[in-house]
Amino acid sequence: MTHTHLPGQTRQGERLLIGIAVVTTLLFIAAPLVYIFARAFSQGWQVYAENILHPATLHAIWLTTVVAIIVVPLNVAFGVAAAWAVAKHRFPGRGILVTIIEIPFSISPIIAGICYLLLYGRQGLLGPWLQANDLQVMFALPGIVLVTMFVTAPFVAREVLPLMQAQGSEQEEAAVTLGANGWQVFTRVTLPNIRWALLYGAVLCTARAVGEFGGVSVVSGNIRGQTNTLPLHVELLFNDLNAVGAFAAASTLTLIAVVALILKAVLEGRRA
Amino acid sequence: MTAVAAPIRAKRVLPGFTLSLGTTLLYLTFIVLIPVLALILKGAEIGPARFWQIVSSPRAVAAFQITLTAAVIATVFNAIYGLLMAWVLVRYEFRGKRILDALMDVPFALPTAVAGLSLTALFSANGWFGGVLEAAGLQVVYTIWGIALAMAFTSVPFVVRTIQPVLEDMDPALEQAAVTLGARPWAIFTRVVFPAILPAWLAGCTTAFARSLGEFGAIVFIAGNLPFRTEIAALLAFIRLEEFDYNGAAAIALVLLGFALVLLIASNLLQNWAAKHREATR
Amino acid sequence: MKFPALTAAALALTLGAAPAQAQDTLLNVSYDIARELFEALNPAFAAHWEETTGRTVTIDMSHGGSSRQARAILEGLPADVVTFNQETDIDVLADGGLLPADWRDLLPNNASPYYSLPAFLVREGNPLNIQDWDDLARDDVAPVFPNPKTSGNARYTYLAAYAYALANNGDDHDAAQTFVRDIFASVPVFDTGGRAATQTFAERNIGDVLVTFEAETGGIAAEYAAQGLERVTPSQSLFAAFPVAVVAENAERNGTTEVATAYLEWLYSAEAQQILGEYFYRLTDETVAAEFADSQAAVDLVTVDDVFGGWDAIRADHLADGAILDQVFVNQ
Repeated sequence: MTHTHLPGQTRQGERLLIGIAVVTTLLFIAAPLVYIFARAFSQGWQVYAENILHPATLHAIWLTTVVAIIVVPLNVAFGVAAAWAVAKHRFPGRGILVTIIEIPFSISPIIAGICYLLLYGRQGLLGPWLQANDLQVMFALPGIVLVTMFVTAPFVAREVLPLMQAQGSEQEEAAVTLGANGWQVFTRVTLPNIRWALLYGAVLCTARAVGEFGGVSVVSGNIRGQTNTLPLHVELLFNDLNAVGAFAAASTLTLIAVVALILKAVLEGRRA
Repeated sequence: MTAVAAPIRAKRVLPGFTLSLGTTLLYLTFIVLIPVLALILKGAEIGPARFWQIVSSPRAVAAFQITLTAAVIATVFNAIYGLLMAWVLVRYEFRGKRILDALMDVPFALPTAVAGLSLTALFSANGWFGGVLEAAGLQVVYTIWGIALAMAFTSVPFVVRTIQPVLEDMDPALEQAAVTLGARPWAIFTRVVFPAILPAWLAGCTTAFARSLGEFGAIVFIAGNLPFRTEIAALLAFIRLEEFDYNGAAAIALVLLGFALVLLIASNLLQNWAAKHREATR
Repeated sequence: MKFPALTAAALALTLGAAPAQAQDTLLNVSYDIARELFEALNPAFAAHWEETTGRTVTIDMSHGGSSRQARAILEGLPADVVTFNQETDIDVLADGGLLPADWRDLLPNNASPYYSLPAFLVREGNPLNIQDWDDLARDDVAPVFPNPKTSGNARYTYLAAYAYALANNGDDHDAAQTFVRDIFASVPVFDTGGRAATQTFAERNIGDVLVTFEAETGGIAAEYAAQGLERVTPSQSLFAAFPVAVVAENAERNGTTEVATAYLEWLYSAEAQQILGEYFYRLTDETVAAEFADSQAAVDLVTVDDVFGGWDAIRADHLADGAILDQVFVNQ
């Protein structure tokens, strides 16, 4: 990381640019982060602890964890499969496939929620069938999980795919020639090569799965202590006129985000 | 499928094609394509005349305009700020650089609703920033500036993270040569550095713009949701849903979907161009 | 394939958790500002239920804009009972076949165990001297209330202002529309729900007067006592029924019809009415109502039927796409 400065560029100019970058980032990115904790602790540790240990908040934390535990492994499996298919093989429609994988990135989560409602809602396309079989998809865990799977779909694939493409397939082909079967090739050759990118994608996917708001708010039904995920619980507490509680719940989400970022920084160090 | 794949398979050495592609297609079909198809079917049900009537109603047009305007403001800000950050993070060494670099990922990791809540509180009249700004006669919260602020916050990493690798890869010899030829720093930047990162910069901005159009969680808190002034398209779709107007919601959602697809394809093309450009300049 | 197997597991998890009822469970889907109210009512009912039947009951709550909640129920939110602030939103459920069309006749008083009315909450000392609906139309007054397209609460505000203007302009509809347009023109923020509007007014100090149900003005004045917010009751307002109903189809499927019915009937009891009174609602039980008479200002109450000819007429004339509300609010 020892980049040459442009000779002739003044030291002063460099300082100025760094100064602007640091100040803007502190005001624009760091301040909202700090503010959450400032508000959460504005009435002391005790009130903070009370808010966090409230059964409804604990339930929201639990529900959000369950959603992440279901979604992230599925997403990792999907991401690796998609990257393997696209990077290691040539077939017609690869470009389209890559575009489809990225669709959820640019679709408003609200729209994703509406899509699922139009499909699985009581008045949706599959509604009558689900109703007849007494299956509750919307306003219950399955609906929340499905929408979260939608919004997080590109995360792992996006990290792993470019790496697999850059690495090419020579090593794997050599392993096959030496008589390794598919599973052995993947676990012994490919996986060690992509593990940090994979972990990095999984970390980002977790952060997104935990924080999803718009899409989940359409399909959750907001039943307190039942279908309220942590981000929805933040909104609920806010509307309960419990701003400190809302910021306390928000601080747990922020903490998850900060931990994810530290993990990511560590992983990046390993990757480099 | 087999008919198409057969001649290609002969050349294929690596196993797992059917399994991996099968898994991918199954996942995408059930999680992404079928729900999106449900939306398109709903939209088709409406009929072109009614569809046009819904999306060209003054309120919908205003919502699209507001969304686009705010997204443009946010993207212009991010184009400059993101470029500056990428430049500073790649080219300079200074204390706290790693922290600054990590902070660039905060908008990715922080739930958007939490970001919205915090930004609203910060910029409202009794928040840390709002008081100062209000004294200066500038209101952010409940105006289009607030929407742009939320959009800029949630989409800035796309710009930084797309430019960064390209800047890192750039061959210093080019700049050195320019220096030897006596070019001034600004000329070096505009003639040598900028053309090299232009495709990545554009691709990053396009993705950031697409992300801004779809943002909802952060904006609802800060926007004020005033029809014709601060009501964004995603919120209007949400409101239509709450009014039991499924057609209205589906029509607006489809327009947003169309925007997103066009931008996505544009961004992918730009990124391909960027990759080729990079190989060419190496 | 991993995916269907795990989804099936997830399904089993939720479905498996639901039938394990050694006790009764009710889902009450309710309007936005009823949060504190039902937090007080539910334990009292649970105690009453245990006393009379020996069974325990857990009541789950979901709060949100009344119309939004009705839509969610239509889409499959498994509500056993609804406690709304809009009759039209229960009619929507009846249209959807979830409960009988004659739901109003199933409980006393048109199935409305308590009621309220749009009223005002002003800043300390009432510096702008806001007393009645006329003052909301003044140029120097910024009223705060939610979006009437999404909030039942705000729809009452709109109708009450309209009714007031009709009464004071010899039933001239053009004058009433101008009046309402003047009020809407100076609203700084239209939040999507009643609670968000309260936040805007009380937490963020925006606007000069919050217009919401009298029950909410009482609760907010108490919650933000330090701010010295003052309650103002206009000379005339609109009777706002707070209807309740068992969502028959869901209750049957969940086997909760008995406890759901008992829950709603209990809302008419002296015990429940006492709690309702403490949360600033107006009561149907006259004995209990007499106890709260001092704290509830006299007001000339008109009804939807008298002024507008019922909810069907309101839906057609005011709320439909392009109708009067759109003209004065959306297309202003």
